[in-house]
Amino acid sequence: MERITPLLWLLFSAGGTVAALLFPVHLFLTGLAVPLGWVEAPRHEFLYRLVTHPVTRLYLLVLISLPLFHWAHRFRYTLYDGLQLKHLTELIAVLCYGAALVGTALAAYLLWTIA
Amino acid sequence: MSEPHYTLYHPRWYRRRVSVWWWLQKGSYTRFVLREITSVFVAFFAVVYLWQIYTLGQGPEAYGRFLARLRTPLFLALDTVAFLFVLFHAITWFNLTPKAMVVRLRGKRVPDSVIVGANYAAWLVVSGAVAFIMLRG
Repeated sequence: MERITPLLWLLFSAGGTVAALLFPVHLFLTGLAVPLGWVEAPRHEFLYRLVTHPVTRLYLLVLISLPLFHWAHRFRYTLYDGLQLKHLTELIAVLCYGAALVGTALAAYLLWTIA
Repeated sequence: MSEPHYTLYHPRWYRRRVSVWWWLQKGSYTRFVLREITSVFVAFFAVVYLWQIYTLGQGPEAYGRFLARLRTPLFLALDTVAFLFVLFHAITWFNLTPKAMVVRLRGKRVPDSVIVGANYAAWLVVSGAVAFIMLRG
């Protein structure tokens, strides 16, 4: 654990930046503006063509994976400090980073097989 | 080997019990905990996007069902809360950048306000670009 701490911190920080720069606009459009009818929903044909473009696939992989590692790192410490679960240190770390890894693998698989 | 977590057989010293709700006692503590909780909503949206990509691959009907699901009150409520938390994450993140990263130009430290300002400028440009690309179709 100690040896990979710098890497985990780097992923946390990169993911935090990606989430800060890109999540508000994506979440606003997909979660609010489109469902509430403020803008027209992108048609399937258009979004599908956009998502299958290699650059978009790489973009989406980064957009999903790095913020998941950001979550894993921050949530891990939230659990330690907020809920005082210091005795479960290792289990929590495995679950958090494991979930981020699973999410990354799932994103890679979906984006790889989408077309 | 993992690090030792506590000293075995150490004599107990006096420690006040801290309530699990310690963070409600002061505004700055509450803001700290809210900032930490933003990560949950970051993960939530990453999962929503995974779901969207999955339905896009499944075809127009599945994508239509995804859109319909996001129009339900449950998801509108979740997405509203998530949006506020993600916004809070972005603002706190940008404002903290100069504390984590010291930039020097010709031996002089770049003022914090310039770094923060550059973050917000980049945020605006990137958000505009994403909206432009996604709403063309």
